Amino acid sequence: MTDTATTVTTAAANPTKATKKIVTKKKPLRPARVVLHVFLIVMGILWLTPLVVSLYASFRPFSDTQANGFLSLPSSVSFDNYKAALDQGDFLDKYWNTALILFPSLILTLFLASMIAFVASRYTWRFNIFFLVLFTAGNLLPQQIMVAPLFQAFRRIPLPEFMSNSGNLNGSNWAIILLHVGFQMGFCTFVLSNYMKLLPKELNEAAMVDGASLWTTYSKVVMPLTRPALAALATLEFAWIYNDFFWAVIFEQRGDDRPITSALANLGGEFVTDTNVVAAASIFVIIPVMVVYFALQKHFIAGLTLGSTKG
Amino acid sequence: MTTAAEPSSTEEQAEPTAAESDDHASTQAAGGKPRRRSQFVGTDRRVFLAMLLIPTTIHILIVWIPTILSIGLSLTKWNGIRIADLEWSALENYDQIILGAFQQDFFQALLNNVWLLLFLFFGPTLLGMFLAYLLDKSIRGSRIYQSVFYTPVVLSLAVVGFIWQNIMYDQEFGLATWAFGGGENVAWLGNQEFLFEFGGYGLSKNFLAILVAMAWRHTGYIMVLYLAGLKSVDASLKESASLDGCNEWQTFRHVLFPTLKPINVIVVVITVIEALRAFDIVYVLNTPRNTELLSILTTDNLIGEGADNIGRGSAYATMLFLLCIGFVLWYVTNHYRNQEASV
Repeated sequence: MTDTATTVTTAAANPTKATKKIVTKKKPLRPARVVLHVFLIVMGILWLTPLVVSLYASFRPFSDTQANGFLSLPSSVSFDNYKAALDQGDFLDKYWNTALILFPSLILTLFLASMIAFVASRYTWRFNIFFLVLFTAGNLLPQQIMVAPLFQAFRRIPLPEFMSNSGNLNGSNWAIILLHVGFQMGFCTFVLSNYMKLLPKELNEAAMVDGASLWTTYSKVVMPLTRPALAALATLEFAWIYNDFFWAVIFEQRGDDRPITSALANLGGEFVTDTNVVAAASIFVIIPVMVVYFALQKHFIAGLTLGSTKG
Repeated sequence: MTTAAEPSSTEEQAEPTAAESDDHASTQAAGGKPRRRSQFVGTDRRVFLAMLLIPTTIHILIVWIPTILSIGLSLTKWNGIRIADLEWSALENYDQIILGAFQQDFFQALLNNVWLLLFLFFGPTLLGMFLAYLLDKSIRGSRIYQSVFYTPVVLSLAVVGFIWQNIMYDQEFGLATWAFGGGENVAWLGNQEFLFEFGGYGLSKNFLAILVAMAWRHTGYIMVLYLAGLKSVDASLKESASLDGCNEWQTFRHVLFPTLKPINVIVVVITVIEALRAFDIVYVLNTPRNTELLSILTTDNLIGEGADNIGRGSAYATMLFLLCIGFVLWYVTNHYRNQEASV
């Protein structure tokens, strides 16, 4: 935070990119800039408040915040709330269960979407646009529209006991993986086809002249060039699948089977008396996605904007 | 089941013609019908079909067939236990929803979806655009500010709900109570009174509290999209506008905003879809009444205690579908048409 004081003064030297080139002399501090920074700092602090106060409360005993409020100085600081949350919430099991759903879903989604994006955007045939429309539109529908028939169907599809506790597809991780793959494929196809479209047309022709098969053109020519889009999508989809609440709440009725985000639906009842344990539980839930976000922020934002700007 | 055959039959029609395309060579064959020659032969053809049909089958099975079946189920009365119990009921579910016993539920939920949409447009969208505009100026620490505003976007709405319930909206100790309560307890999420009301419908206070929590997450998302758009605006455009004596508002309104049209379209699409799809936060907070959305009504009628008629849940789902499908198809077909035109 010591930066901000110097920020205000030095920022005045280059008000915009455009004038930076023209005006090299140091300008006096403009009041507009000060107002701008004050506004942004106040907004920034407000924005972080729910998260920072959650984090702070998670280290303090409930009795302390209850007596003195969330913003008071701590009487003691400990990991007790985290221990309590771990005992009651089985977060280690839930992390594992989340990984069992997340990684297969992620890999399958990207793999299948890259195939359909490849055939529909790198080659022109009668229905290629139809397929792209189908996938993109499918991804934009609210999930609640399709949930009733899926739920009724999954209840009636038997699975052997080692694959599902309930004896059918409903209630198993397989169901959730299948739903994620079927649904998320739409967005990935949209982004990947937009990206592949921009690769030079001549690539396919050159590969064909060299006698490369369709599969070789896909795996050795086009896919390596699509790597930036794949990295961005993988990061974004990691967060989206990790954050999924809906599918698992509907299809895994037993709270113990659920991945971590949807397990929150049960936690409320269990912890409701102790806000600071809830805070610790929330921190457990957000740690993985926060780590991925801070480590791969560039890819994360690229993923969102790849979908929105055409190249 | 007859309805379910629709998408798969179009898929089969596509299959044989798919590989036989009018490729570049065939268009050179002058006169008459263009010669239809297969673009792929032998193994390539089989690989092509596999790459096309495996993903398409999964997608259609998970998304499109269930969507069509939902529309079919909305015309039935069914408790979901045995398929034999399924009874045709024509438009009875719609009659009950629109005119009958569930009228109040339905229109309040629809109105809440409308509130959500309007709120997202006038709250987070304008704020996100404004923040993007400010952060696009080369100010010190711009990246830090961006990270700060963007951080809530990576959280699930369910977690957002928990954090706000816990830290902000706690009746006694919440920061919202501390800041605005004036020493009194405030039931932010428990107060289902209408803030304003007309004919039994309105905007409830607890729903407004939920909207504010949602804004916390949505603003950063919009900001990132506009920042990407503003970055791609030619710097000389901004420069010449300011040299021509435009003030900041004129520059934004007449120079920047028109060039942001593709982003505006995306933001409209995302906001409408978000407003229809929102579910997690309302479900997780499980607030008393008047916070229902169409998505919540749909699932209430599918699982749990209220699930006595899957037909009714499906009728809500069909309404949701009708509300978004025209819009979705308009956007998607336009997108690909423009792309074809520009490539």
